[in-house]
Amino acid sequence: MDALHALIVLANFVIVPAIAYGSQLALGALGITLIVGVLRFSNFAHGETMAFGTMVVILVTWWFQSIGLSIHPLPTALIALPFGILGCIAIVLLTDKFVYKFYRKTKSSPVVLVMASLGVTFIMNGVIRFVIGPGDQRFADGQRFIMKAREFKEMTGLKEGLAIKVTQSITLVTAIIIVAALFWFLNRTRTGKSMRAFSDNEDLALLSGINPERVVTITWIIVAILATVAGTLYGLDKTFKPFTYFQLLLPMFAAAVVGGLGNPVGAIVGGFVIAFSEILITYAYKKVFTYLLPSDFAPNTLIQLLSTDYKFAVSFAILVLVLLFRPTGLFKGQST
Amino acid sequence: MNENPFLIGDSMTGGYGKGADILHNCTVAVNKGEIAVIVGPNGAGKSTAMKAIFGMLDMHTGSVQIDGEDITNLSPQDRVAKGMAFVPQNQNIFTSLSVEENLEMGAFLRNDDISQTMAQVFDLFPILKEKRKQAAGELSGGQRQQVAVGRALMTEPKVLMLDEPTAGVSPIVMDELFDRIIEVARTGISILMVEQNARQALSIADKGYVLVQGENRFTDTGTNLLADPEVRKSFLGG
Repeated sequence: MDALHALIVLANFVIVPAIAYGSQLALGALGITLIVGVLRFSNFAHGETMAFGTMVVILVTWWFQSIGLSIHPLPTALIALPFGILGCIAIVLLTDKFVYKFYRKTKSSPVVLVMASLGVTFIMNGVIRFVIGPGDQRFADGQRFIMKAREFKEMTGLKEGLAIKVTQSITLVTAIIIVAALFWFLNRTRTGKSMRAFSDNEDLALLSGINPERVVTITWIIVAILATVAGTLYGLDKTFKPFTYFQLLLPMFAAAVVGGLGNPVGAIVGGFVIAFSEILITYAYKKVFTYLLPSDFAPNTLIQLLSTDYKFAVSFAILVLVLLFRPTGLFKGQST
Repeated sequence: MNENPFLIGDSMTGGYGKGADILHNCTVAVNKGEIAVIVGPNGAGKSTAMKAIFGMLDMHTGSVQIDGEDITNLSPQDRVAKGMAFVPQNQNIFTSLSVEENLEMGAFLRNDDISQTMAQVFDLFPILKEKRKQAAGELSGGQRQQVAVGRALMTEPKVLMLDEPTAGVSPIVMDELFDRIIEVARTGISILMVEQNARQALSIADKGYVLVQGENRFTDTGTNLLADPEVRKSFLGG
């Protein structure tokens, strides 16, 4: 019985949140990995791309709320999502046209593109703060829980509760749909295959008559969709704050590198590896051990490996370890 | 040789970017349905001549014509649309794509039904049909070359250009590949090929070009070149 209680505590505070967070990271890392695969640079502006898309979603959500449009019990943000995606597609395509295209034409080295993306980061950062402000924005409405902790306790008669938020389940369902659609596109459609071919061997893709600019445009569109969805899901699950989205860059890159840069399957696995590591290492296990150990041995400290303030150190440590010992990642990606 | 070869790179002079000229007044041509082979010592500009014909080189004099049409200023991609197909020496397949996907990508420019062409490629290289769901990068060297040639054939080209198709494969696989290349030529596709294995290549060639330092040194039919004592002594090891 105590073991079951310990398991429920773990599920409530570690497994369920980590699955939701992992899905969000996976979607973000997929965007990063696609850009590495096709455009061959690490896009530091990915966090801002997510923030921009999410910002548009929030603005449209507020407008919908003001005119009383709602899909209760689901959050209004879901119907605002397509608008956010369109806004995000517009901004990334404009950025590509005015910034990245030039460096592509001059065949600049990847590091030049990375630095350019850093510049894009700062500008987008400013624009976002200018429009929506630097503070926290809550935009989740609709029903909050699918199952409250109290309901779970009443239902099962156990002492510990398991709460599942609506946003967590939306995150998981949306992530599965988006990922399935992405893999269908990459593996089954001619355009998707041409993207993979271009990523695999650019010169041969050109010899086969694959139009590089078209591949690049489609990649940006897909990246914008992934980024906006990831950002909106994260914002619904937690809150929207521009700086938090900038900080997400580290775990997302760590996820992409762990899985192997340029490898979509790797990005998904990497997202969950990072999410679980971060939460497992920063979780305080006192309650779990209280259930598991005899009462004489019950811990009187938090049993927390690392304070949550240091959660980014986890991603960073994993990133360094992977780069040292397996630079191509778990699923053979590029090592650059 | 008749007066108007199907594909000709005429009096080509040029090099890569702003570097020194590699080709000097070099001419290479191939007739319809024939096999032309470019041989010569290392650094003779064999591959460079091939790339020049395919538009991957900065040429300052000379011209390239296909079927009487001047294509000197076309990009490599546009030349593919004109019926040329090129199999590079290295990295000539999409390693992470399946064999079938490699062939599909070869036919990317086509909007018609490609299943018939794919069946022809599978007839030519039966092993590829067996392994069509497998990632091309997992195949052996000889099989990879078959994928590479197959990919190029998917555009239904009029000219197939091969840059050292037998590099790094065993002698048995090499003979096999040469047999397939002859089969391809019999279907009316002209073949222009660069080869290290000069003796075997010349023996299947209708036309042979011996290049030295970017210039034509000997040009004749394959049989005549093989019989020429000077060519034998200098380039075929006696």
